Amino acid sequence: MSDEFDDLKKAMDAAMPAHDAARKAANLALAQKNFETLQETANEPRLTSDRPKRGFIRGVREMLNVMSTRGALTASTALVALGLVVVVPDWQQGPVLFDAGYQVEESQPLPEKRERAEVGDGLQSIGQSNDAEILAEDAPMIATEPMVQGAPALSSAEFDAYSRIAPAPAEGMIWQPESTTETFPDADQNPLKVTAEEPVSTFSIDVDTASYSVVRSSLTNGQLPPAGAVRIEEMINYFPYAYPAPDGEAPFRPTITVADTPWNPDTQLLHIAIQGEEPATEDRPPLNLVFLIDTSGSMDAPNKLPLLRQSFALMLPELTEQDQVAIVTYAGSAGQVLKATPATDRAAIMAALDNLSAGGSTAGEAGLQQAYSVAESMAEEGEVTRVILATDGDFNVGLSDPQALEDFIADKRESGTYLSVMGFGRGNLDDATMQALAQNGNGQAAYIDTLSEAQKVLVDQFTGALFPIANDVKIQVEFNPAQIAEYRLIGYETRALNREDFNNDKVDAGDIGAGHSVTALYEITPVGSPAVLNDPLRYGEASATESSEELGFFKLRYKAPGEDVSQLIETPIALGGEVSTDMRFAMAIAGFGQLLTDSPHLGDWGYAQAIELANAAKGDDAFGYRAEAVRLMRLAESLEQ
Amino acid sequence: MRMEPSNESLAQAAAGGDAAAFALLLERQYEGIFRLSFRLTGSRVDAEDLTQDVCATLPAKLRGFRGEARLTTWLWRVVVNAAHDRRRRAASRAKHTDGWGDWEVNRRASEAETAERADWLTEAMHALPDDLRDTLALVLDDVTHDEAGEILGVSPGTISWRVSEAKKHLRALREREDQV
Repeated sequence: MSDEFDDLKKAMDAAMPAHDAARKAANLALAQKNFETLQETANEPRLTSDRPKRGFIRGVREMLNVMSTRGALTASTALVALGLVVVVPDWQQGPVLFDAGYQVEESQPLPEKRERAEVGDGLQSIGQSNDAEILAEDAPMIATEPMVQGAPALSSAEFDAYSRIAPAPAEGMIWQPESTTETFPDADQNPLKVTAEEPVSTFSIDVDTASYSVVRSSLTNGQLPPAGAVRIEEMINYFPYAYPAPDGEAPFRPTITVADTPWNPDTQLLHIAIQGEEPATEDRPPLNLVFLIDTSGSMDAPNKLPLLRQSFALMLPELTEQDQVAIVTYAGSAGQVLKATPATDRAAIMAALDNLSAGGSTAGEAGLQQAYSVAESMAEEGEVTRVILATDGDFNVGLSDPQALEDFIADKRESGTYLSVMGFGRGNLDDATMQALAQNGNGQAAYIDTLSEAQKVLVDQFTGALFPIANDVKIQVEFNPAQIAEYRLIGYETRALNREDFNNDKVDAGDIGAGHSVTALYEITPVGSPAVLNDPLRYGEASATESSEELGFFKLRYKAPGEDVSQLIETPIALGGEVSTDMRFAMAIAGFGQLLTDSPHLGDWGYAQAIELANAAKGDDAFGYRAEAVRLMRLAESLEQ
Repeated sequence: MRMEPSNESLAQAAAGGDAAAFALLLERQYEGIFRLSFRLTGSRVDAEDLTQDVCATLPAKLRGFRGEARLTTWLWRVVVNAAHDRRRRAASRAKHTDGWGDWEVNRRASEAETAERADWLTEAMHALPDDLRDTLALVLDDVTHDEAGEILGVSPGTISWRVSEAKKHLRALREREDQV
């Protein structure tokens, strides 16, 4: 009767293909990612903090591994077991649960049989295997035992639900115990160069400040920053310095000083300071700003979208009626939420900002395209047009090829629209992409972790952040091999240029905003110094015969905004120059950055010396930035130990 | 002895935000989702795509799982609905393809599909109207008529009627082929 039916069933079973393993892995990962995004956008209080984490379970396991004596183990097991029980619901329900009722119970000893092996192994397998059955079995076991023994105050109702206990270590910790999706540029430290072999050093200036904020965010969360996040030049350039202001035609003035190296008595530091002019604010051209705001699900955290709102609100009073503001958002699909509006219409702008809500994935590319087209529609002759991209750095939709995005931005740069990138929040900060975008878009990358940082970037340094005074600023230093044996550029690893790029006006480089100052430091080793690390070559050519007193020759190229042809500033480098407080502070920060990256060039010089140097060079410090830097050094010193 | 958490308790834990439970649940059900996807679409490529759709939307969908049905019943409904969505999208895409690029992509895709569907099985499945095919995909997967009715939102009687309709179709198809 049912021949066809059976045939079909058999044929169907026979033809059933095996699913593709790679697709399965991708699909499972996708599901997990969506699951996590969903949790992030949910309104419930979250267990995970936003900071880069080492994993709760791992921390517990490490603690257990460190403990050695049997007594300590028994005691710690009790604490750990209870710790899992007590701390977990506490995170879910706020700090109220941390009251004396629980604290007292913690000291109750557990029976001998509950030993490290059992709990430790349980934790180990939770941490290492993806087998959540273990979770279902072990988690309640750990949880219920001390409850019976020592904590009658906890009602069983609080613990019987599998979902109450298991999710705590589970969320984002078991499955990716240590991974965050943060990415940082991967650049090696600048090596020591032998002047006779490579006398010319070329780099692009860098006015980004993101690195310092990321370092600060890491340190204040009790962790040393990842080495890739430390860009020494960005840390130095984070601070305002009062270098001698330009007086002539050029929009800025280089000041070159040779000073003793704090960390090495046998070398010297070549301190290059470039101070940009500060045009009178009344004369500034009208400004067209397009806020391109990431409203993807991951932005729904107090230090992301709400902070962004407050930050832009801080900036609005700096704008005048001749300025215009438009807002474009991107999340899943891009859309314009505020058409070009005079900046004085604060109510309309704030209403548009308040209406933003986070949800969905991130269509970064579509958003950028729309922002640029809005910006182009606003641009008029003599005005400055800038797209300000605010994101947590996660571009997960529509960006199949990061290179294509960079090319797109580089292309738009030609149209005269600038791009600034502001990073918010930690966890999936794509520092590398943000850097690349800002560099390619003639802009600045800043990382906003607190409202005071927003104030620094958007209010205190408002003009510098938004009004360029020179584009494509490149520096080339040629050292005299008769005077300088070796040299090393501190920082600027991601900004290195080829020697021939210096004179090539097609090659892009960093831009200076109004009133910006830029500092670059070379550590130089004079010929004959005991600090020379490379022996002379036996068969090498004799070094330059012409002996000159000059240490080297400094060249700088820049383009006036809107121009295609660069102008040249050059000056010989001589010994001497007055060492100012600002310079000493920059050196202290350079030392701090090298300490964070474990530079081999510092010898015995450590945090104590860096702190001493910075403290002595605080100067006026009207905004308290330098005092904060000293605090961070002290934190790093403690964390390093 | 290790206790296996039931699908339903896993689903509820996952709906409550438990990532571990969610991962375990999906791992367990993945093969089932894929098998049903294959029966619904009749091609491996489409089945992979459909499975991906289901995986992508499952986290959000799970929030709606209240535990009043068996998990698999609920899950098969999600899969069937995702298949409907795909068909709808495919239909409107076919209508709106205007650029040469899309046309070329579609042409190649359909060629590939034709090659794959050359056998009796897929031809038979594709000869059936969508509702009969969905029904058959479920019933062939050893889902009871009652459950299939619940999944498709029709009465068990309708399922029985559809199954006999499908058999008629298949018989006719077989006879036509035999004549050739």
